[in-house]
Amino acid sequence: MRFMVMVKANADTEAGTLPTREQLAEMGAFNEELVKAGVMLAGEGLQDSSKGARVRFGEGRSTTVVDGPFAEAKELIAGFWLWQVSSREEAIEWVRRAPFLPGDEIEIRQVFEAEDFGEEFTPELREQEERLREQVAGQQH
Amino acid sequence: MSRVTGTASTHRAVEAVWRIESARLVAGLAHLTRDVGLAEELAQEALLAALEQWPSEGVPRNPGAWLMAVGKRRAIDTFRRQERRDRKHAELAHDHQHRAGGDDPALAAVLEDDIEDDLLRLVFTACHPVLSTEARVALALKVLCGLSTPEIARAFLVPEPTIAQRVVRAKRTLAAKGVPFEVPPAHERPARLASVLEVVYLVFNEGYSATAGEDWLRPELCAEAMRLGRVLAGLMPEEPEVHGLVALMELQASRTRARTAADGTPVLLLDQDRGRWDQLLVRRGLTGLERAEALSGGAPGPYTLQAAIAACHARVRTAGQTDWDRIAALYAVLVAVSPSPVVELNRAVAVSMAHGPAPALEIVDALAATGTLGRYHLLPAVRADLLVRLGRHAEARVELEHAATLTQNERERALLLQRAAACG
Repeated sequence: MRFMVMVKANADTEAGTLPTREQLAEMGAFNEELVKAGVMLAGEGLQDSSKGARVRFGEGRSTTVVDGPFAEAKELIAGFWLWQVSSREEAIEWVRRAPFLPGDEIEIRQVFEAEDFGEEFTPELREQEERLREQVAGQQH
Repeated sequence: MSRVTGTASTHRAVEAVWRIESARLVAGLAHLTRDVGLAEELAQEALLAALEQWPSEGVPRNPGAWLMAVGKRRAIDTFRRQERRDRKHAELAHDHQHRAGGDDPALAAVLEDDIEDDLLRLVFTACHPVLSTEARVALALKVLCGLSTPEIARAFLVPEPTIAQRVVRAKRTLAAKGVPFEVPPAHERPARLASVLEVVYLVFNEGYSATAGEDWLRPELCAEAMRLGRVLAGLMPEEPEVHGLVALMELQASRTRARTAADGTPVLLLDQDRGRWDQLLVRRGLTGLERAEALSGGAPGPYTLQAAIAACHARVRTAGQTDWDRIAALYAVLVAVSPSPVVELNRAVAVSMAHGPAPALEIVDALAATGTLGRYHLLPAVRADLLVRLGRHAEARVELEHAATLTQNERERALLLQRAAACG
């Protein structure tokens, strides 16, 4: 299963304060661990909300654009990872190992997978066979 | 300490730690004991100790070190219990005599420094070719992925005792054959690596192409194989075929959402809604393939070639844009590198898409003449398709009816008979 792991913004991230070299090195080492464990699928840090915008939808597809920055830093995201792990608990355990500071808050949310939509997962054939059949069926008149 | 309330949630927390730490734990203990079987048992004992103690004490701040300390203590107890005929064990026991296990900074440093090497040794030992393929898969899932015996049994749809027995037999075989806990020497390495990659791809295919039954764990098995592949890529960053295999798995897995219709029927590649392909996995797969190709120095191996074929599909937005010339050329190289009648049949299909049914039929007929795919329903199915395109409907019908008698799959049989009926 996959989880999106979101790092909440705070006054520092919203002020555009860049992490120290030491913090970067620590986070780099942690990311390296995630990669080595085969857990990391993607991850990015986000710039502060003053460089962002919100688009609100009104009636009849009208839209209003609100420029950043946005208040309530705690509701904003300063960065995210996408991890492939075996359970919610494993995601929590990895987060526990991350080099965050007192007051930091990380939110973990599960990503929808194909099977969550109630579809049967019953692929029928070995891949080689399947690819073959796919190609064969693809040329049927 | 992290307080976790309730025994059930602690158990889940312990399992999570186990999934993260168990391979390193077994590798470290194998470094100490030079015996993967014993290391696995000691690791299990450490797991039991955690399940007993953490619910009341909380999960320790450094759970990996905690487990390793317990495992080492148990190892030393084991050495002491063993008769002294084994000088190495006696010496090890003596060395650790005055140390409370786990507070050994020198050994801790050694294990920490060497853990990557030990993991690599563990990979090659658990997937050693002296073991049957089934035993290799079971042992690898157990010691490299940290899956429990019931989890492996569920994933492979076999009874639990069967898996337990495979693991026991694998450990016994490693001991009986005196397989050393080491990374193979350079001249053995290609063959030994092939044996490792085969295990990973088998696990992936077990999840990707269920031949029987249905189980929520099966997509998880694909995930497990991809995770293991990524671990291997981290351990062997210079091996092109490891990157090739990870790319192949990611490109294939990128289609998961599009491979079945809402009613569970398979959707063929060329009919799939490509908007449902997982673009993150596609991008990762293409990046991995580039890496594999760059490392392979113009002589790509079988996994890299298969990934390159999968990439031909992944790169185009519609089935009509598929570069069949390139796919046929890649299959020709694949057949040369890794001869197989099934790959040859695939090449025939690619040739038919690139150059029409006549040259493809020549390949298929040559293949049929060898008799190697006599029980393989796709040979007559492909031949029938080519015959239809050449306007030879009566012959096609015979082939399709023959194919229907060969397939093990009900849905497949229905489809083949339907197509036979359509031949008039």
